[in-house]
Amino acid sequence: MLPKRATNAMRHLPPCGGGREGGQPRPGFPVTLFILRRLLTFAATLFVAALIIFILLDLLPGDPARFILGINASEASVAALRTQMGLDAPAHERFFGWIAGMVRGDFGISATQRVAIGGLIAERMAVTLPLTMMAMVLSMLIGLPLGIVAAMRRGKPADTGLMILAQTGIAIPNFWFGMLLTLVFAVALRWLPTGGFTPWHENPGAAFRGLILPGLALALPQASILARVMRTALVDVTGQDFIRTARAKGLTRSEAIWRHGLRNAFLPVLTILGLQFAFLIAGTIIVENVFYLPGLGRLIFTAVSERDLTLVRSATIVLVLAVTATMFITDLLYTLVDPRLRRQNA
Amino acid sequence: MALVEIDKLNISFDGRAAVSDLSLSIEKGESFGIIGESGSGKSLTALAIAGLLPDNAKVSGSIRFEGAPLPGDERAMARLRGRHFGMVFQEPMTALNPLMKIGEQIGEAAELSQSGADIASLIAEVGLLPDHAGRFPHQLSGGQRQRAMIAMALASAPDLLIADEPTSALDTITQALVLDLIAEICARRGMTLLFISHDMRAVAALCTRIGVMRTGQLVETGETQAVLRAPKAEYTRKLVAASRMERRATDRLHGDPLLEVEQVSREYGQGGFWPWGRTTLRAVDKVSLTIAQGECVALVGPSGCGKTTLARMIVGLDNVSAGQMRLDGQAYRGRDLPPLLRAGLSLVFQDPFSSFDPGMTIGQSLAEPLHLLGNLSSAERATRLHDAIMSVGLDPAMLDRYPHEFSGGQRQRLAIARAMVTRPRLVVLDEPVSALDVSVRGEVLNLLARLQAEHGLTFLIISHDLDMVAAMADRVLVMEAGRIVEEGKPADLFAHPQHALTKALMAAQLPDITETSW
Repeated sequence: MLPKRATNAMRHLPPCGGGREGGQPRPGFPVTLFILRRLLTFAATLFVAALIIFILLDLLPGDPARFILGINASEASVAALRTQMGLDAPAHERFFGWIAGMVRGDFGISATQRVAIGGLIAERMAVTLPLTMMAMVLSMLIGLPLGIVAAMRRGKPADTGLMILAQTGIAIPNFWFGMLLTLVFAVALRWLPTGGFTPWHENPGAAFRGLILPGLALALPQASILARVMRTALVDVTGQDFIRTARAKGLTRSEAIWRHGLRNAFLPVLTILGLQFAFLIAGTIIVENVFYLPGLGRLIFTAVSERDLTLVRSATIVLVLAVTATMFITDLLYTLVDPRLRRQNA
Repeated sequence: MALVEIDKLNISFDGRAAVSDLSLSIEKGESFGIIGESGSGKSLTALAIAGLLPDNAKVSGSIRFEGAPLPGDERAMARLRGRHFGMVFQEPMTALNPLMKIGEQIGEAAELSQSGADIASLIAEVGLLPDHAGRFPHQLSGGQRQRAMIAMALASAPDLLIADEPTSALDTITQALVLDLIAEICARRGMTLLFISHDMRAVAALCTRIGVMRTGQLVETGETQAVLRAPKAEYTRKLVAASRMERRATDRLHGDPLLEVEQVSREYGQGGFWPWGRTTLRAVDKVSLTIAQGECVALVGPSGCGKTTLARMIVGLDNVSAGQMRLDGQAYRGRDLPPLLRAGLSLVFQDPFSSFDPGMTIGQSLAEPLHLLGNLSSAERATRLHDAIMSVGLDPAMLDRYPHEFSGGQRQRLAIARAMVTRPRLVVLDEPVSALDVSVRGEVLNLLARLQAEHGLTFLIISHDLDMVAAMADRVLVMEAGRIVEEGKPADLFAHPQHALTKALMAAQLPDITETSW
């Protein structure tokens, strides 16, 4: 027979829900407050980045006006151009003038191309942004399933093989992948163009096809990293107690991993995904040159070599904006996926 | 017919036997307890019944459930497990999926077993409130999580409830409540219980029949009272003896005050981005106490009452918000404790497994506190290490080894050696034996008592184990919600508790194993 009551502690204490054992009910946390705070951090990051970019480019030796007019220009005409470009003003005025202009959507005029920088960047972003997105999606489509397969078959030949592949993928730089892919799919098989870009409004299909190989070249190293992270995260989660609990409820091991493991394993993967976006954006500078794509990376590359500092400055800040925005979104996603963070972040 | 019949079960890992030749049967409706220390194979036996052993386990022998052998097919075994077994594990925080609401997790168990159980009534049955269903595990207390775990185990209306150390991670009062709940539910539902624990009292309170396991073997089985009152096996006799705490403290003469805590408070700011939205949590609230030279004082109270916060301030790991402390008459507020004075204080942590850096040798770990004493010659350091490790009864050759090479009891001895290396006057012990096996506890407590006598040490013991406190302390302070609510000699205090909390703590004490009446 079972004893009705092993002890008589219940008489002395309220039932749980209140009192000592109950703990305080934790109120739902104000998500808006968290978003607000992250937005402030976001703005502060952008401001500091702008300041650093401004100072670095301002410190560079050489006079942009002299560079534009050439070595033989007279002192007077150089001075005139300096005034026209606003280079005479004190540094803080120029800095805040630049910031205020950007807030209004006026990024200034490119010294070398003589067009509004805003339009120039927008035009180039129409290439770089889809390229980055495509690389992002491709790296997830390739990396995550491979990581899951490797984790599910841990210690078996499939796992070892995939991880060797991933190791190789990380070691090989993306421009080399670019050249290899071009050789196979463009030169030998003639499935896709070797390079260049048809604008979206002319032929969206051709534009898309033009981004496949560069996207793949960008994606492969990242997919390798993702596969490794996904595998490790899932293997870690598989060993956790709640997977055993799920199996105790009547799930098989793989069912438990699908239902309970994946979502938990996705948390570390999310962190990597946020960081990867920054790497992908930086990677476009090289890949756009390899594939001869008119994107933001190429624009910056040309602007640097032509000493078009106004353009470099504004294009860089747009990249910083893209990366910071991704971090912001990653943080929000984190809070969405993990209820534990909702409280701590408040 | 027995519900579970185990015949010659052998489990081994890489050729090393973990369970050998184990045979037992559990009758329908009975509550069977397995007692054993860590590594005795008791949990593996339970996992084997549920078909949840790790992949690398080699199993032989047979397990029959309701007369039929357990299915070999993984899916069939999983479904059988889902329908007929309910399982409650030790650590409710990690055993629940952190990303899923409690209600969903219970619902999943009901859905998988197709029991049609109603989640709301399950939640009520285990004593949770309806709105707990919508919470995530981290939003519940330890006791509530374990209740949720039990609700989940009940969702399939199981024939057998397997509870593996279900209360070891809970404090005394919560433990009593959860054990009551398990007993009550088993009685009401006529459910068979397999209860696994190292805590003989918990097993004695809950089970009608018990088995004692040691290094993979069942050394004794029988009616609870018969086994515990008149143990046949030598090992059971030793365990029963070890579970009785004998008073070690003698009524020593105490010297002058060594530590004075004067009106100390500690506040933490909580949740708030805007300064005006912040609330303060007062973890320690105007606590005053004095500990005399050579005294052993115990601080008891439920988890979250501020015991550890107070101890952290005393040893200089945290600053007070208000008030001050004096060590040997010298005032300090926490981290401003000067190194030489700090060397007079040592702290021993609860968990000897995580309190050593796995990458450092024992000698390196033990030598670390010595920097407080300034530049010591290498000969002096070597002497200190040698003395410290000898004083805890271990071999100086062990200084070159790494933490993973030692057992729990040895590690706690080493942790004490580390505390002794600066030759301190006051040692703060935070749950010094609660992570250790019963048979080792006695040895460690004896060691502490000996060190105290030999070196004239002063102890401040933090614990919720009243038996241990009664055995060791000269004086007991009871703490609740940051305040000290009662104080006295253990014999007087426990015989005539005045404050409601002390009464509750006494009531939550599980009855002595041989006192349980049937």
